[in-house]
Amino acid sequence: MTHGRSKAGSLAGGNDAGDACNGSEEQLLRCTADNWCVINDGTAPPTIVMGVSGRVSELVKIQAVLQDQVPVVRRFSGGGTVIVDQGTVFVTVICNKAAVAGLQPFPRDIMSWSGQLYGKVFDRFGEFHLRENDYAFSHRKFGGNAQSITKNRWVHHTSFLWDYDVKNMDYLKIPKRAPEYRLARNHTDFLCRMKEYMPSRSIFTDGVIMALGEHFSVQPTDLQTVLSDDEEFVPSTKLLSQHDLEEIVYSKESLRV
Amino acid sequence: MAMAASSRLLWASRAAAYLRISTFPRAFSTVLKDLKYADTHEWVKVEGDSATVGITDHAQDHLGDVVYVELPEVGVSVSQGKNFGAVESVKAASDINSPVSGEVVEVNEKLSEEPGLVNASPYEKGWIIKVKLSDSGELNSLMDDGKYSKFCEEEDNH
Repeated sequence: MTHGRSKAGSLAGGNDAGDACNGSEEQLLRCTADNWCVINDGTAPPTIVMGVSGRVSELVKIQAVLQDQVPVVRRFSGGGTVIVDQGTVFVTVICNKAAVAGLQPFPRDIMSWSGQLYGKVFDRFGEFHLRENDYAFSHRKFGGNAQSITKNRWVHHTSFLWDYDVKNMDYLKIPKRAPEYRLARNHTDFLCRMKEYMPSRSIFTDGVIMALGEHFSVQPTDLQTVLSDDEEFVPSTKLLSQHDLEEIVYSKESLRV
Repeated sequence: MAMAASSRLLWASRAAAYLRISTFPRAFSTVLKDLKYADTHEWVKVEGDSATVGITDHAQDHLGDVVYVELPEVGVSVSQGKNFGAVESVKAASDINSPVSGEVVEVNEKLSEEPGLVNASPYEKGWIIKVKLSDSGELNSLMDDGKYSKFCEEEDNH
């Protein structure tokens, strides 16, 4: 503890594939006792990342995904489906529940706290809002959130659309469970690109670290030195195989993978 | 007016006692007598060496609308304080931790189609697993209804 504040390590995860990125975060959550901020700047190749309960056939155009061999990852947190690519920046905050005084480890409490944190980052670049569970400039979403909450720790992660390729959105169906403010808009009318509001990615990521510095004493660390080869830990994060996807097409999703 | 108010309060207390519900002046969530509670907001109802487990009214209220419940398989072991499943609400997957140790003998399959039962009826239709207890002594480390109500109040006022 420094000056009564918790420590947080900040990790630059680089350009990991979706399953490696999510699996590492799950390991940090379940196998370490420290507070972390992980910033992952882009993913190659474009990858679909689904929440813990998402039904693939309802959210993803499976035939197109199979044809173009787009990877599909099921992550360990809740929330919706995104397609992430080189234009996506992931920011994940992993905390002990006592790390932020007075913050109860429940979804809405953590979401509200995050909205205030990111408000400090984005307020000077646009009309920033936490709209239901999304970060938006005015009514257009640029950040989607998901959480995982364990007994003593929680994860809040965000996929930020620094930029996106509209063609990639064609792999996703419009979800049945959508925020009210979406108002049935298609992807291009509902979303916006951060690069149209902010001058550079580094200004964004530096802003995040500065905002966190108001709550934590932040120390940069390398991800590879933190994660040990813990062979006992088996992440629930999973890359769905071609076989998994084909089974879903033929079974009409009576089983969940 | 004071006499009428105190009579109503007396009637309410007697009705609550009959229905085995605790009433506390500032209780916003329901807490049932005859159950035991973990500090991670799960409840357990013990009948002999069999226990039924779910999440409390306080928990479901704070979690929001539950859209998915991840259930364990029948036959797996659960340990006191360790997670055995999860609920998804809003954008969060939240662990459910077992208040007791033992073997899962039944899971509430209805929750697959109707996860909202956890919100609508957290102590009855929203039960999650039934466990054959391996160590009933563990129950002594859990809270009774009075302690749990106070615990929730302190958490909410923190």
